Amino acid sequence: MQIFVNGTPRQTTATTLAAALADLGYAEARVATAVNESFVPAAARASHPLAEGDRLEILAPRQGG
Amino acid sequence: MPVFYGTEVASRLMLGTAQYPSPSVLTEAFRRSGAGIATVSLRREAAGGAEGAAFWDMIRDLGLPVLPNTAGCHSVREAVTTAHMAREYFGTDWIKLEVIGHADTLQPDPFGLLEAARILCADGFKVFPYTTEDGVLGGRLLDVGCEVLMPWGAPIGTGLGLNNLYGLRTLRAQFPEVPMVIDAGLGLPSQAARAMELGFDAVLLNTAVARAGDPAAMATGFARALEAGRLAYEADPMEPRDMAAPSTPLLGLAVLA
Repeated sequence: MQIFVNGTPRQTTATTLAAALADLGYAEARVATAVNESFVPAAARASHPLAEGDRLEILAPRQGG
Repeated sequence: MPVFYGTEVASRLMLGTAQYPSPSVLTEAFRRSGAGIATVSLRREAAGGAEGAAFWDMIRDLGLPVLPNTAGCHSVREAVTTAHMAREYFGTDWIKLEVIGHADTLQPDPFGLLEAARILCADGFKVFPYTTEDGVLGGRLLDVGCEVLMPWGAPIGTGLGLNNLYGLRTLRAQFPEVPMVIDAGLGLPSQAARAMELGFDAVLLNTAVARAGDPAAMATGFARALEAGRLAYEADPMEPRDMAAPSTPLLGLAVLA
């Protein structure tokens, strides 16, 4: 199915957020996640289902003022 | 030193981590500034997650408390979601809450700011609201649970200093017990000194140091200006007056005319 990862369309067979993160190359990364504009805590990723068209935001620290 | 939500910080300078020409320049500027807090953000991470981790390692090495921001958020929902993501990643319930109302001026959206602050305070966040000098808004932010106010000096990145001295003085006088930080718009150490002389507790700046020709030297300048301004505030300055008054005694003046 197609999902959107940081604004880019991607294909995945993952059915949970945790599986998608592993599938997309974030297995080793420490990140913060949101799906469809709602925060998903790390502890909830394994049980958070994904559906066609879901919008994932995967964030990490950057410079800030 | 200022106390924010029960935590005393080591300096009156809160320094941003953006726009430095290199990591080593950033590190040196922080060292020279003696900053007590470092501000950071969250942004999209590419697969692999190496960039964020490398940056975070560098910031942690500064050994300072971090204040994550919601920079770039224009809606309550964006800001609240970003705050939750930041709390998890950075392991702090401190959040510099920015809800931007206008893309050109980067002026806070007072309505969105208040609503986001209400939601986040109720959820246990310790909110540092980037606000204006508006005293009514400041009062409402305190009502919903904020224990710090961060009025702008001038729009973000302008370096114009304290644009509305009357408004800032009034806000300071209206809530004398509330820790207040001048956040944004400072360009020169003299402006930071002025903020201290007005009785503000700290300043938060980034561009003024990071975009200076010599960020480490400018960081030193801000540190000294903050110390000078605070000393002046604590020293109870004289009242200005319109008419001249001789400082040398007239008594005993020779008659030589």
